Amino acid sequence: MIVRAALLAILLFIAGPALAMDPGEQLPDATQEAKAEALFSELRCMVCQNQSILDSDAPLAKDLRILVRERVAAGDSPDAIKDFLVARYGDFVLLKPRLNEQTALLWAVPVLVLVIGGFAVVLNFRRRNAVADQTLSEDEKRRLEALKANDAG
Amino acid sequence: MIAEAGHFALVLALALALIQSVVPLWGARRNDNVLMSTADGTAIGQLAFVSLAFGALTAAYVSSDFSVVNVVDNSHSAKPLIYKISGVWGNHEGSMLLWVLILVLVGAAVSLFGGNLPRTLKANVLAVQAWIATAFLLFLLIASNPFARVDPAPFEGKDLNPLLQDPGLAIHPPLLYVGYVGFSVAFSFAVAALIEGRIDAAWARWVRPWTLTAWLFLTLGIAMGSYWAYYELGWGGFWFWDPVENASLMPWLAGTALLHSALVMEKREALKVWTVLLAILTFSLSLLGTFLVRSGVLTSVHAFAVDPMRGLFILIILAVFVGGSLALFALRARDLKQGGLFAPVSREGALVLNNLLLTAATATVLVGTLYPLALEALNGNKISVGAPYFNATFGPLAVALLCAVPFGPLLAWKRGDLVWAVQRLWIAAGLAALAAAAAAFMAGQGSVLAAPVAGLAIFVIVGSFAELVERTALFRVPLGNSLRRASGLPRSAWGGALAHAGLGVALLGIVAATAWSEEHIDMVGKGKPIEIAGRSLTLDDIFLREAPNHQDVVARFAVRKDGLVQTMMEPAKRTFRTRQMTTTEAALATFGFSQLYVSLGEVAPDGSAVAVRAQWKPLVLLIWLGPVLMAFGGMLSLTDRRYRVGAPRPARRAAVAVPAE
Repeated sequence: MIVRAALLAILLFIAGPALAMDPGEQLPDATQEAKAEALFSELRCMVCQNQSILDSDAPLAKDLRILVRERVAAGDSPDAIKDFLVARYGDFVLLKPRLNEQTALLWAVPVLVLVIGGFAVVLNFRRRNAVADQTLSEDEKRRLEALKANDAG
Repeated sequence: MIAEAGHFALVLALALALIQSVVPLWGARRNDNVLMSTADGTAIGQLAFVSLAFGALTAAYVSSDFSVVNVVDNSHSAKPLIYKISGVWGNHEGSMLLWVLILVLVGAAVSLFGGNLPRTLKANVLAVQAWIATAFLLFLLIASNPFARVDPAPFEGKDLNPLLQDPGLAIHPPLLYVGYVGFSVAFSFAVAALIEGRIDAAWARWVRPWTLTAWLFLTLGIAMGSYWAYYELGWGGFWFWDPVENASLMPWLAGTALLHSALVMEKREALKVWTVLLAILTFSLSLLGTFLVRSGVLTSVHAFAVDPMRGLFILIILAVFVGGSLALFALRARDLKQGGLFAPVSREGALVLNNLLLTAATATVLVGTLYPLALEALNGNKISVGAPYFNATFGPLAVALLCAVPFGPLLAWKRGDLVWAVQRLWIAAGLAALAAAAAAFMAGQGSVLAAPVAGLAIFVIVGSFAELVERTALFRVPLGNSLRRASGLPRSAWGGALAHAGLGVALLGIVAATAWSEEHIDMVGKGKPIEIAGRSLTLDDIFLREAPNHQDVVARFAVRKDGLVQTMMEPAKRTFRTRQMTTTEAALATFGFSQLYVSLGEVAPDGSAVAVRAQWKPLVLLIWLGPVLMAFGGMLSLTDRRYRVGAPRPARRAAVAVPAE
């Protein structure tokens, strides 16, 4: 009995980490729920360290999940929901930054490195093959002929 | 007293490092054997003194000496012994001491095993190694002294961060650091080669085993960290594209590129300049990783240090080493002569493609990690760069690289035959297509991309062995002959095939565990089972469990299949007494390569029910088995004959006696 009471006391005391998602949060409509969950992984839990609201157990993440689900249930498109959240919390909320003048370089780098790197490789090939394919100069040809003639004779 | 001895040992190590930074270099210039050989003594001496310092700090932890600030902040007398020991590096100062210990260990190893190196090269390498040691010993002594005392000493310590009280801490950082720091050897060889202005195939043969060793430890370290996060953080993710993870991924990617380009250099004397640059970049990225994690620029679980002085100090080290080595490279790279020519379709060409894609991948991770910091510093705007960005950019690069992996080993050096290679791979491609079709059929739902990616994984696994099949003439000659041929193959051929197959294995695990996982979240009381993956999960009991420094609320579940109990699972919520912090201790049950992952949420006020998140992760263990295979392949290559017998000494160009006239 004492153990039971102690257990209860402890259980009530712990307000520690909840689940990343609580039972009963989900929307009844499975397709809507899937749509909402796809969005969760693209939204940041702003008070967490690099977690999406799908993974986080913070109260803010839960509030955001509920908000997103409400919007999805109301029929908003994913982009409209993101617009709404960006208007409210800034670009920081998006884990996948939108392409704009601020993030152009971020999105361009992978392609740029490939293109510039590929270009450098091709250029290097051509230059080195040009060196390798160099034909004999007139003088060298004459000496080669002379050697051949010597051998034959 | 012991702490002071440790502190003083660090000072002595610094003195030796300073000597080793200058004297061997001078000796190499004057070709003076006596001066050059001082490096051997100082390298061993550094190892001895830093070991002494490390031993002193460990002693302070084990005996719970609370007059040492570091012990007070990170330990507790009731902490189990293993965490007292691993707690030595579970904090900023201690982990930097471990970093330096591994650095001097590697330096001593170069001195001991480098007997077959040309004398001047060895002296220069050890000197460069000592520059790095000097910088980091200074950093320890000036900005993060692990031996600082506190007076009066408190009676009890503040305990270690609960997330770090895990066997993972004992293994993960040492593995990772051997990887990070191991790349310093490649760096020192590169800088030494630039100082000498001379580089040849033998250089690559010396650098490759060191790089391979560092690489395989880093591979294991990253995998270990990933598995640790998977079971400890409690929601079953295994890679988060967290800046700290990226910090270890960047040197891994660059190091992988370096391994491959050094191969070209060793075999064909081509790609010299590029290999030297990669060696510099790889270690620079290791230093950058150290800076990112240690400076507290990024705030995450790993950043124990939130001290701008430290950040600035490491930034200066970073700038000096990266800037200095790149400047040296710019000055001297032209002196390095280019070697063998090759056609675009050839083994060399394939390895160039490998390097191009790996470089682009490294750049992507780098820019994704630093962009938010740079943007905020520039105009104060905060953006997030998270998993969806990396999936969209790094993902395609990785897929392109993996598609090419089986082709590389099938192409001949100098000039390869792509059609011939494709013909060798049709079985692998057929199996891959079959696997993709089966996956699409069985899974039904899930991402559209999952089935083809699973097919790609099979293609990589099977295709990796195509070269071995070819070289053993399997199925074309009697099996006995094939086996004899197989045992005659160099171990590096087996190592390469296994490492490549490991990539496919890891990819298969990633795809299966993300696309085909099952999840149930529910409030569970006794007698209301959760049905998951053909099994039922029933709550058996909720109870309390005591440990010396924490208290667990445990929910015991029975896992049944067809009515029979297969196993019991005990997920818990753990409260640490000293820090009053609660962590989620997930329970994992393994079935083959798949796992059932159960974590707890809120407990009902009357203690009769608990919120449960049960996840079925098919083939999830392959994610970490793949890297283990890769590391094993690396180890196999390392024991290859050409490294065991030692590289042949290049014939010294005899000084041509010029007759006096």
